[in-house]
Amino acid sequence: MGEFAIGQPVTRFEDPRLLRGGGRYVDDLAIPGMLYGQVLRSPHAHAKIKSIDISKAKAAPGVAAVLVNEDWANSGFGDLPRAEGKKKRDGSPMYRPHFPALAKDKVRYVGDPVAFVVADTVAQAQDAVELIEVDYEILPNVTSVALGSQPGAPLLWDDCENNICFVHLEGNKDKTDEAFAKADHIIKKRFVITRVTAATMETRGSIGHYDQAADRYTIYTTLQRALNFREELAETLNIPESRLRVVAGDIGGSFGMKSGVFNEVGLVLLGSKVTGRPVKWVCTRSESFIADAHGRDNVSDAELALDENGMFMGLRVHNLVNMGAYTQPGTDAGAYSNLGTLAGVYLTPAIHVDVTAVYTNTNIMRPFRGNGRPEAAFVIERLVDLAADELGIDPAEIRRRNMIPPEKMPFQTGLSFNLDCGEFEKVLDQSLEMVDYKGFEGRRAEARKRGKLRGIGMSYTIEKAAAPGYEGAEVRFDRTGSVTLISGAVTHGQGHETVFKQIVSDTLGIHPDEIHYLQGDTDQVFFGEGTGGSRTASLGGSAVKVATGKVVDKAKKIAAHMLGVDEVDFSEGVFTARETNRTLSMKDVARAAMSPKNMPQGMELGLNATAAYNTTRQNYPNGCHIVELEIDEDTGQVEMDRYVVVDDVGTVLNPLLLKGQIIGGISQGVGQMLMEQIRFDPQDGQNLTGSFMDYAMPHAELFPHIDIKSHPVPTKTNILGTKGAGEAGCVGALPAVANALVDALSHLGVTHVDMPATPERLWRIMQEAKAGRA
Amino acid sequence: MDIEVKMTVNGKAVSGKVEARTLLVQFIREHLRLTGTHVGCDTTQCGCCVVHVDGVAMKSCTMLAVQAEGKAITTIEGLAAPDGTLHPMQQAFRDHHGLQCGFCTPGMVMMGVDIANRLPGADEKTVRHQLEGNICRCTGYQGIVEAIMDASAVMNAARS
Repeated sequence: MGEFAIGQPVTRFEDPRLLRGGGRYVDDLAIPGMLYGQVLRSPHAHAKIKSIDISKAKAAPGVAAVLVNEDWANSGFGDLPRAEGKKKRDGSPMYRPHFPALAKDKVRYVGDPVAFVVADTVAQAQDAVELIEVDYEILPNVTSVALGSQPGAPLLWDDCENNICFVHLEGNKDKTDEAFAKADHIIKKRFVITRVTAATMETRGSIGHYDQAADRYTIYTTLQRALNFREELAETLNIPESRLRVVAGDIGGSFGMKSGVFNEVGLVLLGSKVTGRPVKWVCTRSESFIADAHGRDNVSDAELALDENGMFMGLRVHNLVNMGAYTQPGTDAGAYSNLGTLAGVYLTPAIHVDVTAVYTNTNIMRPFRGNGRPEAAFVIERLVDLAADELGIDPAEIRRRNMIPPEKMPFQTGLSFNLDCGEFEKVLDQSLEMVDYKGFEGRRAEARKRGKLRGIGMSYTIEKAAAPGYEGAEVRFDRTGSVTLISGAVTHGQGHETVFKQIVSDTLGIHPDEIHYLQGDTDQVFFGEGTGGSRTASLGGSAVKVATGKVVDKAKKIAAHMLGVDEVDFSEGVFTARETNRTLSMKDVARAAMSPKNMPQGMELGLNATAAYNTTRQNYPNGCHIVELEIDEDTGQVEMDRYVVVDDVGTVLNPLLLKGQIIGGISQGVGQMLMEQIRFDPQDGQNLTGSFMDYAMPHAELFPHIDIKSHPVPTKTNILGTKGAGEAGCVGALPAVANALVDALSHLGVTHVDMPATPERLWRIMQEAKAGRA
Repeated sequence: MDIEVKMTVNGKAVSGKVEARTLLVQFIREHLRLTGTHVGCDTTQCGCCVVHVDGVAMKSCTMLAVQAEGKAITTIEGLAAPDGTLHPMQQAFRDHHGLQCGFCTPGMVMMGVDIANRLPGADEKTVRHQLEGNICRCTGYQGIVEAIMDASAVMNAARS
């Protein structure tokens, strides 16, 4: 329908509410009688708990309960949800440690929950936490993934040899070894992908409410996947899912991090069960750095084999991936589920990857925007630039030479991706034109006169989105013919409400103002998985499309019956009898469908429809990023001057929101490359980046205006033709910025810059390079 | 010991009994139940809590409620017209997709109004610099910067 149609830059329907201060985030909710919880966390990276004395805390003013591991163990609640299914190198099952909500006998990272205090006010709970006395015996720790699996490293779990969680192998080892044996050039490099954190502006929080009379639990919380969350949490609580309601309000960003069932979820529910009152816990910002799951953190030893013409013959990668101290479902996925991105958009016939996942004395890990994609993209796109440098080929040219041409689609890469479509060379050419690639050397020379080292860098990355899975949608009409639209997906900023309403409006001809969008409440949502892995436009959007299609099919039959004809036409929300030109609107039919007299013989009343949409094939968003930046020769300060992107995310549902997703992703990729990092003290394992004063967040001033164009090549893997867009910006940004930094310093003989490329690091690199040359 | 505070919030006279340590943001959120003002950090870095105190942008997490005695506070809830019509800054945030999850948004909008009031016609570089006390994790700032420049022009035109 006109201005709201699919493909239009529709401004968001959620905005007026959020802009007037009407958001309802978990901390905005107050339930009568509510108590407040605070967590006592381990101050040590690794220690034995010799004793805990809670007597003073229990007697403190306002305290209703003080919980320790014993209380959790006696509650009937089991382990928090854990990863499963992977294997070790010898084929034995992966190591899955027990995961109670409060540590038993031993703490394994700084921040590991030890006790939970429930009191009348937050301040009273905080004060009481201070009164708990824990006697620790400090143990040696290991926080580095590179050291975690070394012989002699401190063991987190006595029966977990070398701290190895699991091993994953992918690709063809023999073919790859063969390719390397024949290669003319081999480019070899170790890449360290730093640990970062999602740092969502809204921290995590939960309110647990156990209704003793009904014997039913309700959790109001921050999440991405309400129905999956309920399934996992019900298993932990040892109750049928029907006795648990999970409710999410507005979610203030997640990027993967909030998708797990964290310790505090269990603790507020246990706190509520023990006290008989609702219990709220909201994480403070500084607490979040030691309490949240982190992302990335791996070491890649990668090699690219090339022939004399610069054609890629083989790729070999060994990864060590940090798992943290415990696993949640999904912790493991970052290590293996997106390795396909390593194959890039290239013809490389032989690839082999060997991954070892390692426990360390650090926070648990969760997917963070890209979940293995940015890591893999960084490795392949840095290797390609290293190869271009070594062989003296232009970076754009070496990519062009190796790209999979459209006529080879579908194309099975050397790893898991079986690409269905893509026009990589066209996207590359548009990007080069947008940035004025030919004019770069002139700009470099001009910058040099100003004491600035200017560099240009590109990446061409591809990823999987909407992995095989399902999503639900429901269209409910009320008696006046307006609609409640329900999705199994959960927006945490992406704008699902807007895009889904566009689809409904476009298909049914109902004005968006007459559609109410509902999500995230398991008592309301009938079916679905939730949001993650750049899946919601493809799967959630298709589910909405299917549900509305069912409405149209049924409504046409009712309209024909009401108009006394065999068949009606339907367009723009209006049913027309061909013979008579008499019409009915969708709302007319919806209203009429509540009355038996209007229904064809045997047809069920009402016009409601549900859909469960599933795909068997993922899609492959891809795109080219080109960055131009300048490094100040005296200070190492980086200023980005140009940033262009051409993306192919298939059919564009809303270009305004797409642009927002891409730029938002870029800002997180740039943040990791230039400034962000979670750091641990290598000796005592303390988190050294425990606040916004220590963890560097990207600010507005960091970014230039980012120019984005789309080159849509629709996919046939879903009915909308769309490919995922949520993670693509982040995926392309890391290597593009890294390549630009190296290019800016290449005249000094610099071939690599580790992340984060802070001014200090760049300054040191420049000084060392100059000293080496002197 | 509780202390009585009185101030004007969004044009209405309000009062309440607070502890001496109660922050202005706690008074606004917990006593007045105006939950549009958010708390995103504990070190005065993120700007989610920005409100106007006597017409000037302030981080309400870094001011005690008692310090606001007798002052006029405007929160995000007080920015739109009584009939709900969005303020030009709110409208521009919508037009330019200057918000995603919406959590930093109230602070960004209140800061945007302050920038537009102080520096009419500020260029992109200036606006970006002026936002150094506000963090957004979703948008990459581009829509926010465009919105502030756009609304600034609208507000400027309305003044002249």
